[in-house]
Amino acid sequence: MIWETVRLAVQAIFRNTMRSVLTVLGIVIGVAAVIAMVTVGQGSTDQVTADVEKLGTNILMVTPGGPDRSPGAGSIAEPFTLQDVDAIIDQISSVETAAPYGQTATTAIYGAQSAKTSVVGTDNRYLEAVDWPVVMGRAFLSSEVTSGKPVCILGETVRQNLFGNTDPIGETIRLNALSCEVVGLLEAKGASSFGTDQDDVIGLPMKTFQRRVSGNSDVGMIFVSVSDGLSTERAMSQIEALMRERRRISEGEDDDFSIMDMKEIASMLTGITNVLTGLLSAVAAVSLLVGGIGIMNIMLVSVTERTREIGIRLAVGAQTSQVLMQFLVEAIVLSMIGGLVGIVLGLVLAGLASNMMAIPFAPNFVVVAGAFVFSAAVGVIFGYFPARRAAKLDPIEALRHQ
Amino acid sequence: MGQQTPLIEFRDVSKVYGQGEAEVRALDKANFQIATGDFVAIMGPSGSGKSTAMNLIGCLDSPTSGEYIFNGVQVSSLDRDQRALLRRNYLGFVFQGYNLLARTSALDNVELPMIYKGVDRGERRQRALEALAKVGLAGREYHDPSELSGGQQQRVAIARALVGHPDLILADEPTGNLDTRMSREIMELLTALNKDDGITIVMVTHEEDMAEYAHRLIWMVDGKVERDGKPAGGGSRR
Repeated sequence: MIWETVRLAVQAIFRNTMRSVLTVLGIVIGVAAVIAMVTVGQGSTDQVTADVEKLGTNILMVTPGGPDRSPGAGSIAEPFTLQDVDAIIDQISSVETAAPYGQTATTAIYGAQSAKTSVVGTDNRYLEAVDWPVVMGRAFLSSEVTSGKPVCILGETVRQNLFGNTDPIGETIRLNALSCEVVGLLEAKGASSFGTDQDDVIGLPMKTFQRRVSGNSDVGMIFVSVSDGLSTERAMSQIEALMRERRRISEGEDDDFSIMDMKEIASMLTGITNVLTGLLSAVAAVSLLVGGIGIMNIMLVSVTERTREIGIRLAVGAQTSQVLMQFLVEAIVLSMIGGLVGIVLGLVLAGLASNMMAIPFAPNFVVVAGAFVFSAAVGVIFGYFPARRAAKLDPIEALRHQ
Repeated sequence: MGQQTPLIEFRDVSKVYGQGEAEVRALDKANFQIATGDFVAIMGPSGSGKSTAMNLIGCLDSPTSGEYIFNGVQVSSLDRDQRALLRRNYLGFVFQGYNLLARTSALDNVELPMIYKGVDRGERRQRALEALAKVGLAGREYHDPSELSGGQQQRVAIARALVGHPDLILADEPTGNLDTRMSREIMELLTALNKDDGITIVMVTHEEDMAEYAHRLIWMVDGKVERDGKPAGGGSRR
């Protein structure tokens, strides 16, 4: 009997294809939007996680300023020095290496070409820690690092902007007052999880950066790489103790610096994408609701239009529950078809978007199944009222209709 | 009459629509019986209550007061779904406007009552084909109502009415939309069902010619049976 009802429902749906298509459009769009949002959101979360893993889960970042990061708290905190970096390497055994890191924005000039970019002061240990190879030329020499020679390593984007595809090694570029010789070219990394171009960068030895670009001896951040297989938590507490001692923070006082590991950074980044995904999905869910109301509206119109048909069915002996079931099943089948089409459309859209944004395509089958069940539920909820109206019609009135 | 239980029995049946000033007494303590196997025509001026009587006999409605007994069952006390079961199992309807499902083949239209009866698909098809053959529509099973003439559509409706092997076929102005030749064909078909299959037929009509096919004529005025006897032509044109 149920298959009979489903068969009749499908027949009724295809008897008026145009109206059926318009009816389910709301559901299709709603489901497609939810599926696309969640899939793309999941993809970007995966991308962030993968990026962070690529960067190394054994990386710690030590920055001045307290962990509470309230405005002003960071600014009075004393910056680190190169001696702090050396102390971390010398005194903490589980640290494989550590590197200073400072950054500022500037304009690079070569001949008639100029490009706005960011200048980073650091040394080879940073490139090692984040696993960033030099593909042309060489990394810094230790003499260049210790004496602060005017040499630089370019990111791929800077090279494209200043030199096009030609070989930049040995050329001299200008960064404000500083003329420096290009000694190396970094491997292209592409966009970061936040969409910023990681290759739009010029690397200088830290001392050169301090003397000629920032004009002070501050170290804005220390990158620490913990030896493989050793606990990052232990390294963090050791670094914390060392820094408290070096910065003379007395017992009971809060830290005026913070240490973040990649897990924290990853959870912060995924937290942001999750919030965005959640918000967008909520908006999409509202459109599902609107789609449901659309179904109810059309089903009500359909009941009025088919009053005579209902009268005939009642006259030949259909019971209230049978007419109710017929219209209810029709609404459910309709919205489930809408749900299926929406799922396919949503996955296709998500696939295209993932491709364009260069993030992994990550369909979540729980969400897909959920969307399908939800669309069926929309059919039940919004189909019930019109179906009940149909079932309650008076057969005599219904037969006389029109 | 009298030697067996009548198929239909009206005892002081009244049907009142509206209330107070707007009250309309469509049936006013009507009394009659119809025996199994009879062919009865109900006539009367408009407003005489013949359509109301038809709706009550057809278990589409229940009386305001009085008793309606169909086949020994007290219909007055049945609810909506129980009356639907009675219609499904014992009644067939033929309407003036045919009342076929649009954009639905003759075969599917005839199968409709059996869907609600739960007859399985193969048997349904078989019985619908037989019913269509019986009304002379073999070869038109897959035509939509819009592709059939009025007479043919009414034949489909008759096939739909008889496919459930009913005890009673109710025909409400069955020839009202048809020309004389087609009307006679339909009446002859009903007559044959009555005579050969023993199906009781109750027909409302306003055409004297058509009433002459019946064995008995009930003439109603103001919600009451005024005359009850042989139709003008002597009771039978066969």
